Amino acid sequence: MVRATGKYTLGLVQELGDFALFTARSFADVPKSRRLGRRVVRAFFEQGVRCLPVVMIVGMFTGLVLGLQGYYVLNKFGSEGLLGTLVSLSLVREMGPVLAALMLVGQAGSALAAEIGIQRNSEQIAALEMMGVSSHGYLVAPRLIAALIVFPMQAAIFVSVGLWGGSLSGSLLLGLEPGIYWSAVERAVQSNDVIECFVKATTFGLLTTGLCAYYGFNAHRSPSATGARAVSAATTHAVVLSSIMVLAADYVITSFLVRT
Amino acid sequence: MSAPHDGLLLEVEGLRKRFGENVVLDGTSLRVKRGSLVTVLGRSGSGKSVFLKCLGGVVRPDEGTIRFDGREQRPEDRAARADFRSRCSFLFQGNALFDSLTALENVALPLEQTTDLKDREIRERSLEALKQLELEKHQDRYPGQLSGGMQKRLALARAIVTRPELVLFDEPTAGLDPLRRNAVFAMIATYQRQFHFTALVVTHDVPEALAASDHVALLDNGKMCFEGTPQDFAASENSVVRGFRDSASVLGTMLAEIRRGEAPSTDES
Amino acid sequence: MKQSKLELFVGGFVLLGIAAVIYLTIKLGAGSIVGGDTYVIEARFTNAGGLNAGSSVLVAGVPVGRVEEIRVDEKDYSAIATLRVDSGLRLPTDSMASIKTTGLIGDKFVALAPGADDTWLESGARITMTESAVDLESLIGKMAFGSVETEDSPVETPPNL
Repeated sequence: MVRATGKYTLGLVQELGDFALFTARSFADVPKSRRLGRRVVRAFFEQGVRCLPVVMIVGMFTGLVLGLQGYYVLNKFGSEGLLGTLVSLSLVREMGPVLAALMLVGQAGSALAAEIGIQRNSEQIAALEMMGVSSHGYLVAPRLIAALIVFPMQAAIFVSVGLWGGSLSGSLLLGLEPGIYWSAVERAVQSNDVIECFVKATTFGLLTTGLCAYYGFNAHRSPSATGARAVSAATTHAVVLSSIMVLAADYVITSFLVRT
Repeated sequence: MSAPHDGLLLEVEGLRKRFGENVVLDGTSLRVKRGSLVTVLGRSGSGKSVFLKCLGGVVRPDEGTIRFDGREQRPEDRAARADFRSRCSFLFQGNALFDSLTALENVALPLEQTTDLKDREIRERSLEALKQLELEKHQDRYPGQLSGGMQKRLALARAIVTRPELVLFDEPTAGLDPLRRNAVFAMIATYQRQFHFTALVVTHDVPEALAASDHVALLDNGKMCFEGTPQDFAASENSVVRGFRDSASVLGTMLAEIRRGEAPSTDES
Repeated sequence: MKQSKLELFVGGFVLLGIAAVIYLTIKLGAGSIVGGDTYVIEARFTNAGGLNAGSSVLVAGVPVGRVEEIRVDEKDYSAIATLRVDSGLRLPTDSMASIKTTGLIGDKFVALAPGADDTWLESGARITMTESAVDLESLIGKMAFGSVETEDSPVETPPNL
């Protein structure tokens, strides 16, 4: 029992170290990679344009629900004027970065893990290495660079759409004066909150994109499966672990950045 | 850099590789002359692919030395490794084409990533390589939209676009019918002479290999049990060579035994 | 997909993303008074409970600034709030600052009631006439236990609070 725990812990530490090394190597190989810009643009397309609809739709509904729920709760205390505060702080501090990241994991992260897994499987990664091309620099680095920029952008878009959704359900459906809502929003959100939002989004982007690439990249190392099964196992693993890590990292960052 | 070492481009000495308990290469050696077409024959699972991957640096051998153009390849010697990689191409069994890139982009990739050529030059050279392999009409297609033979040619175009001195072929005829096998070997032999590269082919197709190669080696149980010209191979009395070369007549004997109602001897040697 | 079409889509996304980021940082994060010139004045309260850095400063219900920081005076343990106010608005020296609440449990804010003096508050000046925050807990307690409505009986602290 104790030995099993020790073995598991060591395995986990080793994997964490391996992951850190993988990410570091991807950034270190950036100078070796030529014509990186084009692949960053493609990664922007995968993470940005492709995921925009789902981010906007989920953002919209999150705002609508927050507005509705918040209104009913606040109504009991006669404090409907605080609806903007509730919606905006929930969105900026937590919902925006977390939900946007989860949507991106579901859409772009899974695709990334599967794509790199298949490239590993069909020896495309070996082919790159044989040509003397760094597969880290070629495949992983552009995705990581894009994630550092795209995730905060998606979070900001999520928040903006969500705020609008909140005002829609608050004012249009429930008859709250839009001015009250928007002034509460502007009063409530501080620069600290916005910084928190972006710090979270950037961290989630680096973490989830790195993890998805890492598991796809190491699909061949899967102990239990080979071939297509290994790729599907790697993809599942990547998505599940990324989602857990988003929430875990969210907790850690919140506890570090929390204010009075 | 012209051949100072008796015209030898590649020298492999005592290569050993084991995966766990399974010894795949057990002191394998091979010498490849510059400008020749060398075939390494062997049964499925005899370690041919691993041998080739050790040469290509995809798999790291446990022991042994590999010398390319007189320079020893050691894992820690990055300069030697880079020099080798810039002068050598590898053709994978499954072609390993990038399926999200078009034919032209596939061919252009090694130039884009490993040379300082301008975009226009890269395009010209890539188109030239495609044209030489009669693929210029398909430059905007994706590998998935090409037939098996075209994919093989595309992979070869990508391999030769960097003008390598050595091309390693991993089972280029795997899963092809006899006519296509002939076509692939004819293609390798033709372009090998046309572009003056040295070719090292790993295969188990005996007749095609004998017809096309200058030099033949037979890998069995991790060791080279035969090395020589195709003529030597055809005349060899080595039991492994005979089993391999005369597989059809061995099959005939086996079938005759079955028809006579005797248990066939499945001993492979 | 053609590279040019790809670039078009990506360009559109980036513009949208930048717009959203700017909206968040400028419009929300820094408040509506960013960009304009501001000056600071200080206000001393005996109790600044519920007031935060970032709370609004209002004159006649109109936002004119924000609370920059709140600290405790080391000598008399009162709370000193630093207010950053729009420099377009000059305030008489005898203005009064009070901490008020939006709604029952809403945000605390500082309401400034301009005085009648001819001299103006300089940057860094201190407002001395202040009104501190209402102690909401005790007020709610009174409401919850109904002691507010019994007007003739003296206000009592509920026994089990």
